[in-house]
Amino acid sequence: MEFDLSKPQKLLQQSARDLFARDCPAKRVRELMATDTAFHPELWSAVADQGWLGIHLDESAGGLGLGAVDLAVVAEEMGRACYPGPFLGTIWAATLIAGANSKSKHLEPLATGQAKGAVAYLEPDSGWCPDHLQLKATTAGSGFKLSGRKSFVSDAGVADIIVCVARSGDGLALLAVPAKAAGVKITATPALDQTRKLYDIDFTGVAVAADDVLAVGEAAAGALSRSKQVATLAISADMLGGMQWMISDAVEYAKTRQQFGKVIGSFQAVQHMCADMLLWTESSRSAIYFAAWALDAEPASAARAISTAKAYSSDASREVANRAVQVHGGIGFTWEHDLQLYYKRSKASEILFGDATYHRTQLADLVFSA
Amino acid sequence: MDLGLTPSETKFRDELRAWLKANLPAKMVKTAESGAEYFGYLKNWQRKLYEGKYAGVSWPKEFGGRGASFIEQAIFQEELALADAPERMGTIGQGLVGPTIITVGTEEQKKRYLPAILSGEEVWCQGFSEPNAGSDLASLETKGIREGDEFVVNGQKIWTSYAHIADQCMLVVRTDMTAAKHKGMTCLLVDMKSPGITVRPLKMMSGDSGFNEMFFSNLRVPVKNVLGKVNEGWNVAITALSNERANLGTGLYVVFKRNLDAVLAHARTIRRHGKPVIEDPVIRQKLAQSYLDLEVFRLNTTRSLSNLNKTGAPGPEGSIQKLYWSELNQRNAQVAMEVLGPYAQLTNFDDGRWVYNYLRSRGNTIEAGTSEVQRNIIAQRVLGLPRSY
Repeated sequence: MEFDLSKPQKLLQQSARDLFARDCPAKRVRELMATDTAFHPELWSAVADQGWLGIHLDESAGGLGLGAVDLAVVAEEMGRACYPGPFLGTIWAATLIAGANSKSKHLEPLATGQAKGAVAYLEPDSGWCPDHLQLKATTAGSGFKLSGRKSFVSDAGVADIIVCVARSGDGLALLAVPAKAAGVKITATPALDQTRKLYDIDFTGVAVAADDVLAVGEAAAGALSRSKQVATLAISADMLGGMQWMISDAVEYAKTRQQFGKVIGSFQAVQHMCADMLLWTESSRSAIYFAAWALDAEPASAARAISTAKAYSSDASREVANRAVQVHGGIGFTWEHDLQLYYKRSKASEILFGDATYHRTQLADLVFSA
Repeated sequence: MDLGLTPSETKFRDELRAWLKANLPAKMVKTAESGAEYFGYLKNWQRKLYEGKYAGVSWPKEFGGRGASFIEQAIFQEELALADAPERMGTIGQGLVGPTIITVGTEEQKKRYLPAILSGEEVWCQGFSEPNAGSDLASLETKGIREGDEFVVNGQKIWTSYAHIADQCMLVVRTDMTAAKHKGMTCLLVDMKSPGITVRPLKMMSGDSGFNEMFFSNLRVPVKNVLGKVNEGWNVAITALSNERANLGTGLYVVFKRNLDAVLAHARTIRRHGKPVIEDPVIRQKLAQSYLDLEVFRLNTTRSLSNLNKTGAPGPEGSIQKLYWSELNQRNAQVAMEVLGPYAQLTNFDDGRWVYNYLRSRGNTIEAGTSEVQRNIIAQRVLGLPRSY
């Protein structure tokens, strides 16, 4: 047993850190977030060329054949760099398709980054639990027709393929829809975190051909559940990377900023905030690495492990962000300081795939009913 | 990253499971009143563990341990929790004194003291705090004056857990009055039956006598009982405290998990506002937070033991563990009170277990280094911020 990254995983971590330090400095993040889609083709290719969009997927699907821990390692470094671009949408879509229909022609382009993806999941009044999704897929010939609205869709503005999670009869249907298909209207919904944009998607009588029907019923529910776990892990790891950046930055600042003739890091009130930040960051790391390992190695405990990790790190990440700003004082509250990027991304990640309250409810159902 | 077990780790776990099945005693709950009886219960359990070679999983074989790794130590802790086993007796001896003797003790000291710690034969206490030296331990004033082959000790210690039942004491005294504050201290291993020691129990707010005052009047301690070197007692004390922070938490998971399981059982049966408490959505949120906090504690513990397996010695990051478990136990004790509602306050409900648990947990953020001291250690020795005092 070893509760630590393996040697190859540490090398992966270092190469991801180096790549983002070189290709994704804060200056570039700021340039991109001011654009409509926060997308940069070269920055995208840099990640795609490493194979990281399919890092956890089988080689037969165009992936690298590694595991969820490796995915978490990359996502953590993305969070540390505030990497803009459709990573989340693409890996969620690819994981969903891999689970629903691994023979789909859409899988390999997503896993290799030739295509970009998004998953149209949330609805204006649905919540993260799939039971209340209402957008209807009605049978039409050998395929389906889709009508209705999806909201809060990450990365839809640059997506080539959208996987729509729709209701069909008593169950769910997973349908691949080209973003340019007739009847698909994508509208930006400006939001807090400008590094990862959100969109509404209106489907108006969109025709889905039979070979774009990825799965229906039980198979759809199973693939959806697993893909949400993978994406939730990626977001949790992204938060972990953000926490790591924020604590390093705050501690560094506390070592240099002087008041009353001393560095402020010599004051216990400041030291104790930094100590709490470390406790939350390292405890999140334990929970997230375990969840990543459990996803592949211990499926029976994966749901609990993922909800534990997301609940804990959602609260932790928000509090680390708050303390980091507090340690900085006025400068931490400015647009000019990069902390604002992490502060906002952390809050958006807290909401994505359910906050601590949502995951505590999930845990209560999983643990107390057993 | 591989939390799966190797074949030899699997073998260890399977043998342990079989052993637990055959040897686990019936349950007994600790309350303010059950002190002596409970102590006997734990002592019997410790003896059984020792005979089964499970008392010191990661301790050297020649001193009664198993000579296994910290990974096996972690597996052991998890299996004890899964089996709902009793907590461990003698946390001072096993968690703090023993590992320090292993690190800095002489061969003779190892032979003399370690097996008796593991078998539960000898209970230890730790003579560190004084009335004027609490968090600022280095300002302690109890004196040890060298006379021939002995140190003659005079002074007072306080908050000494287990001193009223202890056979041995790890005592820190000032032996060079002219040296700087952190120098000139020496660590002594003291037989509690020696003349010149008076122990006066202090009653805790929970009603039991867990800690004591100790008075020394011309106590004579042989020089061969110096642990580490003369006048280098501060480093020995730091080693001991690092071990305390690293080890205390590992055995506590069993205790905390048992508490949470018992609270959950009550939440299913106690009814309020026409339905079982567990169906109250706010209570569910709080219980789920208790569950996940405890789960993260388990994972932190496993991770730190895995790390210890590589580094060999516990570092200042053990302060994170101490901070985490002490505050977790207070939060979870509060959640238990909310689940139980008016029953929580009854000292005859569950033999007073919840009243005791709530009150006793209040001490957790003070004993073994206050939360403030832990945060100072994390800030200064892990994050590298400058000393504040």
